[in-house]
Amino acid sequence: MHEYSLVQGLLDRIEKEARAHAASGVHRVTVRIGRMGGVEPGLFATAFEMSRVGTVCEHAELELKTEDVRWACGVCGCDIPQGRELACPSCGWPARMVGGDALVLERLELEVNGHV
Amino acid sequence: MCDACGCGDVRIVPVELHERLLAGNDRTAEHNREHLRAHGVVSINLMGSPGAGKTALLEATARAFGGTERLAAITGDLETERDADRVRAAGIRASAITTGSACHLDAEMVHHALHDDIAHGADYLFIENVGNLVCPAIYDLGQEANVVALSVTEGEDKPLKYPTMFRNADLVLLTKIDLLPALPDYDRRAVEDALARVMPNPRMIAVSARSGEGIGEWMKWMQRLRSPQPSRSAGAAMAT
Repeated sequence: MHEYSLVQGLLDRIEKEARAHAASGVHRVTVRIGRMGGVEPGLFATAFEMSRVGTVCEHAELELKTEDVRWACGVCGCDIPQGRELACPSCGWPARMVGGDALVLERLELEVNGHV
Repeated sequence: MCDACGCGDVRIVPVELHERLLAGNDRTAEHNREHLRAHGVVSINLMGSPGAGKTALLEATARAFGGTERLAAITGDLETERDADRVRAAGIRASAITTGSACHLDAEMVHHALHDDIAHGADYLFIENVGNLVCPAIYDLGQEANVVALSVTEGEDKPLKYPTMFRNADLVLLTKIDLLPALPDYDRRAVEDALARVMPNPRMIAVSARSGEGIGEWMKWMQRLRSPQPSRSAGAAMAT
Protein backbone atom coordinates (compact mmCIF):
# COMPACT_ATOMS: atom_id res chain seq x y z
CA MET A 1 0.00 0.00 0.00
CA HIS A 2 2.75 2.41 -0.95
CA GLU A 3 0.08 4.34 -2.87
CA TYR A 4 -0.64 6.33 0.31
CA SER A 5 2.94 7.46 0.75
CA LEU A 6 3.14 8.33 -2.96
CA VAL A 7 -0.02 10.40 -2.70
CA GLN A 8 1.33 12.16 0.38
CA GLY A 9 4.43 13.11 -1.59
CA LEU A 10 2.26 14.26 -4.48
CA LEU A 11 0.11 16.46 -2.23
CA ASP A 12 3.22 18.05 -0.69
CA ARG A 13 4.58 18.75 -4.16
CA ILE A 14 1.30 20.31 -5.31
CA GLU A 15 1.06 22.39 -2.13
CA LYS A 16 4.46 23.87 -2.97
CA GLU A 17 3.45 24.62 -6.55
CA ALA A 18 0.17 26.19 -5.43
CA ARG A 19 2.03 28.47 -3.00
CA ALA A 20 4.46 29.53 -5.72
CA HIS A 21 1.52 30.61 -7.89
CA ALA A 22 -0.49 32.05 -4.99
CA ALA A 23 -3.27 29.67 -5.96
CA SER A 24 -6.35 29.38 -3.79
CA GLY A 25 -7.12 25.87 -4.95
CA VAL A 26 -6.40 23.15 -7.47
CA HIS A 27 -8.86 22.41 -10.24
CA ARG A 28 -7.28 19.34 -11.78
CA VAL A 29 -4.29 17.05 -11.24
CA THR A 30 -3.07 14.88 -14.12
CA VAL A 31 -0.92 11.87 -13.29
CA ARG A 32 0.39 9.28 -15.76
CA ILE A 33 0.74 5.74 -14.45
CA GLY A 34 2.30 2.95 -16.46
CA ARG A 35 0.88 -0.52 -16.10
CA MET A 36 4.28 -1.59 -14.86
CA GLY A 37 4.90 1.57 -12.85
CA GLY A 38 4.34 -0.38 -9.65
CA VAL A 39 1.17 1.48 -8.74
CA GLU A 40 -2.43 0.32 -8.86
CA PRO A 41 -4.47 3.20 -10.35
CA GLY A 42 -7.61 2.33 -8.35
CA LEU A 43 -5.72 2.29 -5.06
CA PHE A 44 -3.96 5.49 -6.04
CA ALA A 45 -7.31 7.20 -6.66
CA THR A 46 -8.66 5.96 -3.33
CA ALA A 47 -5.56 7.16 -1.53
CA PHE A 48 -5.97 10.55 -3.19
CA GLU A 49 -9.64 10.76 -2.15
CA MET A 50 -8.77 10.00 1.44
CA SER A 51 -5.66 12.11 1.75
CA ARG A 52 -6.71 15.33 0.07
CA VAL A 53 -9.16 16.43 2.77
CA GLY A 54 -7.95 19.71 4.24
CA THR A 55 -5.32 20.23 1.54
CA VAL A 56 -5.19 22.57 -1.42
CA CYS A 57 -6.45 19.60 -3.49
CA GLU A 58 -9.65 19.27 -1.47
CA HIS A 59 -11.84 19.93 -4.53
CA ALA A 60 -9.43 18.87 -7.26
CA GLU A 61 -10.28 16.39 -9.95
CA LEU A 62 -7.72 13.62 -10.32
CA GLU A 63 -7.13 12.60 -13.92
CA LEU A 64 -5.22 9.33 -14.20
CA LYS A 65 -3.77 8.43 -17.57
CA THR A 66 -2.70 4.83 -17.77
CA GLU A 67 0.04 3.77 -20.10
CA ASP A 68 0.42 0.31 -21.62
CA VAL A 69 3.62 -1.68 -21.36
CA ARG A 70 5.71 -1.72 -24.50
CA TRP A 71 8.94 -3.56 -25.11
CA ALA A 72 11.21 -3.18 -28.11
CA CYS A 73 14.51 -4.61 -29.25
CA GLY A 74 17.42 -2.56 -27.92
CA VAL A 75 19.10 -2.65 -31.32
CA CYS A 76 16.62 -2.87 -34.20
CA GLY A 77 13.68 -1.34 -32.31
CA CYS A 78 11.15 -3.95 -33.38
CA ASP A 79 8.19 -4.47 -31.02
CA ILE A 80 8.34 -7.39 -28.63
CA PRO A 81 4.88 -8.35 -27.40
CA GLN A 82 4.28 -8.27 -23.65
CA GLY A 83 4.36 -11.76 -22.19
CA ARG A 84 6.85 -13.16 -24.70
CA GLU A 85 10.48 -13.85 -23.99
CA LEU A 86 12.18 -10.44 -23.66
CA ALA A 87 14.73 -10.91 -26.41
CA CYS A 88 14.58 -9.82 -30.03
CA PRO A 89 13.25 -12.66 -32.20
CA SER A 90 15.60 -11.63 -35.02
CA CYS A 91 18.86 -10.61 -33.38
CA GLY A 92 18.45 -12.01 -29.85
CA TRP A 93 19.34 -8.71 -28.20
CA PRO A 94 17.64 -8.04 -24.82
CA ALA A 95 14.43 -6.04 -24.96
CA ARG A 96 14.14 -2.53 -23.65
CA MET A 97 11.01 -1.13 -22.04
CA VAL A 98 9.82 1.80 -24.13
CA GLY A 99 6.60 2.51 -22.24
CA GLY A 100 4.63 1.42 -19.23
CA ASP A 101 6.82 2.29 -16.26
CA ALA A 102 5.75 5.92 -15.85
CA LEU A 103 4.78 7.43 -12.54
CA VAL A 104 4.63 11.06 -13.47
CA LEU A 105 2.88 14.22 -12.32
CA GLU A 106 2.13 15.67 -15.73
CA ARG A 107 0.12 18.78 -15.16
CA LEU A 108 -1.78 20.91 -12.69
CA GLU A 109 -4.60 23.33 -13.23
CA LEU A 110 -4.42 25.86 -10.43
CA GLU A 111 -7.17 28.21 -9.35
CA VAL A 112 -5.81 31.71 -9.02
CA ASN A 113 -7.94 34.63 -7.88
CA GLY A 114 -8.30 37.81 -9.88
CA HIS A 115 -7.43 39.13 -13.31
CA VAL A 116 -4.16 38.65 -15.13
CA MET B 1 -13.05 36.14 -4.73
CA CYS B 2 -10.58 38.34 -6.59
CA ASP B 3 -8.10 39.95 -4.20
CA ALA B 4 -7.61 42.97 -6.48
CA CYS B 5 -11.16 44.22 -7.09
CA GLY B 6 -13.44 41.72 -5.42
CA CYS B 7 -14.99 40.61 -8.71
CA GLY B 8 -15.07 36.91 -7.76
CA ASP B 9 -13.22 35.74 -10.86
CA VAL B 10 -11.03 32.70 -10.58
CA ARG B 11 -8.54 31.99 -13.33
CA ILE B 12 -7.44 28.46 -14.17
CA VAL B 13 -3.67 28.48 -14.56
CA PRO B 14 -2.19 25.37 -16.19
CA VAL B 15 1.24 24.28 -14.99
CA GLU B 16 3.12 21.63 -16.97
CA LEU B 17 5.41 19.64 -14.67
CA HIS B 18 6.20 16.21 -16.19
CA GLU B 19 7.92 15.26 -12.98
CA ARG B 20 8.38 11.81 -11.53
CA LEU B 21 6.36 11.22 -8.37
CA LEU B 22 9.46 9.63 -6.91
CA ALA B 23 11.78 12.48 -7.91
CA GLY B 24 12.58 13.30 -4.27
CA ASN B 25 13.32 9.66 -3.46
CA ASP B 26 15.50 9.36 -6.56
CA ARG B 27 17.58 12.39 -5.54
CA THR B 28 18.21 10.95 -2.09
CA ALA B 29 18.99 7.54 -3.65
CA GLU B 30 21.56 9.14 -5.95
CA HIS B 31 23.12 10.84 -2.95
CA ASN B 32 23.30 7.48 -1.13
CA ARG B 33 24.86 5.85 -4.19
CA GLU B 34 27.52 8.54 -4.55
CA HIS B 35 28.34 8.31 -0.85
CA LEU B 36 28.63 4.51 -0.91
CA ARG B 37 30.68 4.45 -4.12
CA ALA B 38 33.02 7.13 -2.81
CA HIS B 39 33.71 4.87 0.17
CA GLY B 40 34.18 1.76 -1.95
CA VAL B 41 31.07 0.05 -0.60
CA VAL B 42 29.12 -2.22 -2.95
CA SER B 43 25.48 -2.06 -1.92
CA ILE B 44 22.86 -4.66 -2.73
CA ASN B 45 19.12 -4.20 -2.31
CA LEU B 46 17.90 -7.67 -1.32
CA MET B 47 14.19 -8.15 -1.84
CA GLY B 48 11.74 -11.04 -1.77
CA SER B 49 8.60 -12.35 -0.12
CA PRO B 50 8.43 -12.72 3.65
CA GLY B 51 10.09 -16.05 4.36
CA ALA B 52 11.94 -16.30 1.03
CA GLY B 53 15.16 -16.80 2.97
CA LYS B 54 16.77 -13.36 2.75
CA THR B 55 18.19 -13.39 6.26
CA ALA B 56 19.36 -17.01 6.01
CA LEU B 57 21.10 -16.07 2.76
CA LEU B 58 23.00 -13.28 4.52
CA GLU B 59 23.99 -15.66 7.30
CA ALA B 60 25.23 -18.20 4.75
CA THR B 61 27.08 -15.48 2.83
CA ALA B 62 28.86 -14.34 5.99
CA ARG B 63 29.83 -17.93 6.78
CA ALA B 64 31.16 -18.44 3.26
CA PHE B 65 33.24 -15.26 3.23
CA GLY B 66 34.63 -16.30 6.60
CA GLY B 67 35.73 -12.77 7.46
CA THR B 68 37.66 -12.14 4.24
CA GLU B 69 35.29 -9.30 3.30
CA ARG B 70 33.77 -6.78 5.65
CA LEU B 71 29.99 -7.08 5.50
CA ALA B 72 27.33 -4.69 6.72
CA ALA B 73 23.56 -4.86 6.58
CA ILE B 74 20.55 -2.66 7.01
CA THR B 75 17.53 -4.80 7.73
CA GLY B 76 14.00 -3.56 7.22
CA ASP B 77 10.96 -4.97 8.96
CA LEU B 78 7.72 -3.53 10.21
CA GLU B 79 8.59 -4.48 13.77
CA THR B 80 11.41 -6.09 15.78
CA GLU B 81 15.18 -6.24 15.34
CA ARG B 82 15.18 -10.00 14.96
CA ASP B 83 16.77 -10.05 11.50
CA ALA B 84 19.44 -7.55 12.55
CA ASP B 85 20.18 -9.71 15.61
CA ARG B 86 20.50 -12.81 13.43
CA VAL B 87 22.90 -11.29 10.93
CA ARG B 88 24.94 -9.69 13.76
CA ALA B 89 25.33 -13.13 15.27
CA ALA B 90 26.70 -14.24 11.88
CA GLY B 91 29.35 -11.51 12.03
CA ILE B 92 27.68 -8.82 9.91
CA ARG B 93 27.56 -5.30 11.27
CA ALA B 94 23.87 -4.49 11.20
CA SER B 95 21.39 -1.75 11.77
CA ALA B 96 17.63 -2.32 11.84
CA ILE B 97 15.02 -0.07 10.32
CA THR B 98 11.59 -0.70 11.79
CA THR B 99 9.14 0.85 9.41
CA GLY B 100 6.01 0.65 11.58
CA SER B 101 3.39 0.12 8.93
CA ALA B 102 5.40 1.03 5.81
CA CYS B 103 5.61 -1.84 3.36
CA HIS B 104 8.97 -0.90 1.83
CA LEU B 105 12.21 0.94 2.52
CA ASP B 106 12.80 4.26 0.81
CA ALA B 107 15.99 6.18 0.11
CA GLU B 108 15.47 8.53 3.05
CA MET B 109 15.28 5.65 5.54
CA VAL B 110 18.51 4.21 4.13
CA HIS B 111 20.13 7.65 4.20
CA HIS B 112 19.21 7.95 7.85
CA ALA B 113 20.67 4.51 8.59
CA LEU B 114 23.88 5.43 6.74
CA HIS B 115 24.29 8.36 9.14
CA ASP B 116 24.86 5.78 11.87
CA ASP B 117 28.08 4.91 10.02
CA ILE B 118 26.83 1.40 9.48
CA ALA B 119 28.61 1.07 6.12
CA HIS B 120 31.88 2.64 7.27
CA GLY B 121 34.78 0.46 6.19
CA ALA B 122 32.48 -2.17 4.69
CA ASP B 123 33.18 -3.93 1.40
CA TYR B 124 29.54 -4.90 0.93
CA LEU B 125 26.36 -3.42 2.29
CA PHE B 126 23.21 -5.54 2.11
CA ILE B 127 19.96 -3.66 2.36
CA GLU B 128 17.51 -6.36 3.36
CA ASN B 129 14.20 -4.87 2.31
CA VAL B 130 10.82 -5.46 3.90
CA GLY B 131 9.47 -8.86 2.79
CA ASN B 132 7.15 -7.90 -0.04
CA LEU B 133 7.12 -8.55 -3.79
CA VAL B 134 5.17 -5.39 -4.64
CA CYS B 135 6.01 -2.09 -3.00
CA PRO B 136 9.83 -2.20 -2.71
CA ALA B 137 10.16 -2.65 -6.48
CA ILE B 138 9.84 1.01 -7.39
CA TYR B 139 12.00 2.60 -4.69
CA ASP B 140 15.59 3.24 -5.64
CA LEU B 141 17.64 3.15 -2.44
CA GLY B 142 21.02 3.99 -3.93
CA GLN B 143 22.02 0.36 -4.42
CA GLU B 144 24.45 -0.99 -6.98
CA ALA B 145 22.22 -3.94 -7.77
CA ASN B 146 18.78 -5.35 -7.05
CA VAL B 147 18.68 -8.98 -6.01
CA VAL B 148 15.42 -10.88 -5.51
CA ALA B 149 15.27 -14.03 -3.40
CA LEU B 150 12.65 -16.47 -4.66
CA SER B 151 12.25 -19.69 -2.71
CA VAL B 152 11.31 -22.94 -4.39
CA THR B 153 8.26 -23.29 -2.14
CA GLU B 154 6.74 -20.11 -3.62
CA GLY B 155 6.10 -21.84 -6.93
CA GLU B 156 7.41 -21.29 -10.43
CA ASP B 157 5.08 -18.54 -11.60
CA LYS B 158 5.86 -15.74 -9.10
CA PRO B 159 7.81 -13.73 -11.72
CA LEU B 160 4.73 -13.64 -13.97
CA LYS B 161 2.51 -12.57 -11.07
CA TYR B 162 4.86 -9.84 -9.82
CA PRO B 163 6.54 -8.64 -13.03
CA THR B 164 7.55 -5.18 -11.78
CA MET B 165 9.67 -6.66 -9.01
CA PHE B 166 11.45 -9.13 -11.29
CA ARG B 167 11.82 -6.69 -14.15
CA ASN B 168 13.92 -4.47 -11.89
CA ALA B 169 16.07 -7.35 -10.65
CA ASP B 170 19.68 -7.73 -11.71
CA LEU B 171 19.79 -11.21 -10.22
CA VAL B 172 17.30 -13.73 -8.90
CA LEU B 173 18.47 -16.14 -6.24
CA LEU B 174 16.42 -19.32 -6.26
CA THR B 175 16.61 -20.19 -2.57
CA LYS B 176 15.99 -23.29 -0.43
CA ILE B 177 16.98 -25.72 -3.19
CA ASP B 178 17.80 -28.24 -0.45
CA LEU B 179 14.01 -28.67 -0.24
CA LEU B 180 13.71 -29.84 -3.86
CA PRO B 181 13.63 -33.55 -2.98
CA ALA B 182 10.38 -32.80 -1.11
CA LEU B 183 8.96 -31.01 -4.18
CA PRO B 184 9.05 -33.65 -6.93
CA ASP B 185 6.79 -31.59 -9.23
CA TYR B 186 8.92 -28.48 -9.07
CA ASP B 187 9.94 -27.43 -12.58
CA ARG B 188 13.04 -25.30 -12.62
CA ARG B 189 12.74 -24.70 -16.36
CA ALA B 190 9.32 -23.15 -15.75
CA VAL B 191 10.92 -20.54 -13.44
CA GLU B 192 13.58 -19.81 -16.03
CA ASP B 193 10.90 -19.44 -18.68
CA ALA B 194 8.88 -17.08 -16.45
CA LEU B 195 11.97 -14.96 -15.76
CA ALA B 196 12.76 -14.69 -19.47
CA ARG B 197 9.32 -13.12 -19.98
CA VAL B 198 9.77 -10.40 -17.36
CA MET B 199 13.54 -9.80 -17.13
CA PRO B 200 15.33 -8.44 -20.20
CA ASN B 201 18.61 -9.93 -18.92
CA PRO B 202 17.48 -12.95 -16.94
CA ARG B 203 20.06 -14.17 -14.47
CA MET B 204 19.38 -16.76 -11.80
CA ILE B 205 21.58 -18.60 -9.33
CA ALA B 206 20.16 -21.53 -7.37
CA VAL B 207 21.32 -21.58 -3.76
CA SER B 208 20.82 -23.31 -0.46
CA ALA B 209 21.71 -21.39 2.67
CA ARG B 210 21.53 -24.68 4.54
CA SER B 211 23.90 -26.79 2.43
CA GLY B 212 25.91 -23.91 0.97
CA GLU B 213 25.25 -25.06 -2.58
CA GLY B 214 25.42 -22.17 -5.05
CA ILE B 215 26.72 -19.72 -2.45
CA GLY B 216 30.15 -19.66 -4.11
CA GLU B 217 28.60 -18.64 -7.42
CA TRP B 218 26.61 -15.93 -5.65
CA MET B 219 29.81 -14.63 -4.04
CA LYS B 220 31.50 -14.48 -7.43
CA TRP B 221 28.53 -12.55 -8.81
CA MET B 222 28.84 -10.08 -5.91
CA GLN B 223 32.55 -9.70 -6.49
CA ARG B 224 31.95 -8.81 -10.12
CA LEU B 225 29.96 -5.79 -8.92
CA ARG B 226 33.28 -4.41 -7.71
CA SER B 227 34.51 -3.88 -11.25
CA PRO B 228 33.14 -0.73 -12.88
CA GLN B 229 29.85 -1.38 -14.63
CA PRO B 230 28.36 0.66 -17.45
CA SER B 231 25.42 2.39 -15.74
CA ARG B 232 24.05 -0.50 -13.73
CA SER B 233 20.37 -0.48 -12.92
CA ALA B 234 19.53 2.41 -10.68
CA GLY B 235 16.90 0.10 -9.30
CA ALA B 236 13.63 1.85 -9.75
CA ALA B 237 11.84 2.17 -13.02
CA MET B 238 12.69 5.30 -14.93
CA ALA B 239 10.01 7.53 -16.35
CA THR B 240 9.56 7.37 -20.05
